[in-house]
Amino acid sequence: MIKFIDQHPISATVILTGLWITLYAALQPLADAFISITGLTSGEHLTEALRFFVFEVPKVLLLLTLVVFVVGIVRTYFSPERTRKLLGGKSLFAGNVLASMLGIVTPFCSCSAIPLFIGFVEAGVPLGVTFSFLIAAPMINEIAVVLLFGLFGWQTAFLYMSTGLLIAITAGYVIGRLKVEHLVEDWVYQIHSNAAVMEEIVPSFRDRIQSGFGAVKDIVAKVWPYLLLGIGVGAGIHGYVPENFMAGLMGKSAWWSVPAAVLIGVPLYSNAAGIIPIVHALLEKGASLGTTLAFMMAVIGLSLPETIILRKVLKMPLIFIFVGVVAGGIIFVGYFFNFVY
Amino acid sequence: MNCQTLFKRTEEALRELHIEAILEKETDFQKIAFYGIMRTPGLVIDEKVAISGSVPTVEKIKDILLTHQSA
Repeated sequence: MIKFIDQHPISATVILTGLWITLYAALQPLADAFISITGLTSGEHLTEALRFFVFEVPKVLLLLTLVVFVVGIVRTYFSPERTRKLLGGKSLFAGNVLASMLGIVTPFCSCSAIPLFIGFVEAGVPLGVTFSFLIAAPMINEIAVVLLFGLFGWQTAFLYMSTGLLIAITAGYVIGRLKVEHLVEDWVYQIHSNAAVMEEIVPSFRDRIQSGFGAVKDIVAKVWPYLLLGIGVGAGIHGYVPENFMAGLMGKSAWWSVPAAVLIGVPLYSNAAGIIPIVHALLEKGASLGTTLAFMMAVIGLSLPETIILRKVLKMPLIFIFVGVVAGGIIFVGYFFNFVY
Repeated sequence: MNCQTLFKRTEEALRELHIEAILEKETDFQKIAFYGIMRTPGLVIDEKVAISGSVPTVEKIKDILLTHQSA
């Protein structure tokens, strides 16, 4: 199977797409069939929790596979080198908008945050614009957006994406206006790379498809245990915890819940797939949309490991400014949604 | 981790091609940035960036090594 994909990536794509559609269409009947085999009575807590689990796990896995595959291909059209070229010398506001959008499609991993930061600064990308990119790249994650779409519908996915962009644009713009260039470690400005020798190889369409498969293999292999765990927790809550359990704690009426969710979310770190089932469970049990989205953004957008990595290039005050401005943006978004809905 | 995989695969590619080389793992961000690498892991051959941001198969690495050798 893996060999076949390797040698005939394009035919494999066609076959697997067919298989994907068939499986996706059969999710509900399969889950129901499974429940009737077990002989459990419909309507009981355990039955419904199990039904939720055997329906959601394959569904989310299928969605995840599809999205990771497509984004894996799309990413081959964007490289940090090209993004940097597009952003060099851009004016503050227009640059922030462009950087935030490129943050979504340019391949990025927080482990590369430092070389990327240096590469941007060196190419003359303004500091505020660089921050817009660094904020948007992890937060508006394709995995998050499509899982939100799959589980809650396009409105929630759209809200998440547009407010994430808004935060990245505004926070980058604010940081740019603060004129904090002196708070970047001095050695960063002294690096002059010999980047000119780097030639870009244009991949063939076959290569791009193979990158898509590679991404699926890497990411799905990494993410599925979190998914199982997350949906398992969701299933447990589904059948057993009363409907309005979270309403008092994370509902609209609890005004302190938004900043509290962000405070708890920042040190927590999870990939987007791991957090979605928790979000699912919270929303279902009466937590308000604003508070839940704020929690999710804080968990995947602001992470302690990434902040520690960034400390290598940013002086301490700038780390605080960065976290403060982004957290402020997230809190604003949380209140905004709680107010509107 | 990706960087270890790349290191091992490059070792293997060198061995299979019977190329003698000094293979070093660089983790200093300043040096990495100096080469203009913006996505790790990267492979630099004779001071030139050959791979950045991906972990190719041993076969692909062999191809890359051979092109660099003939260049």
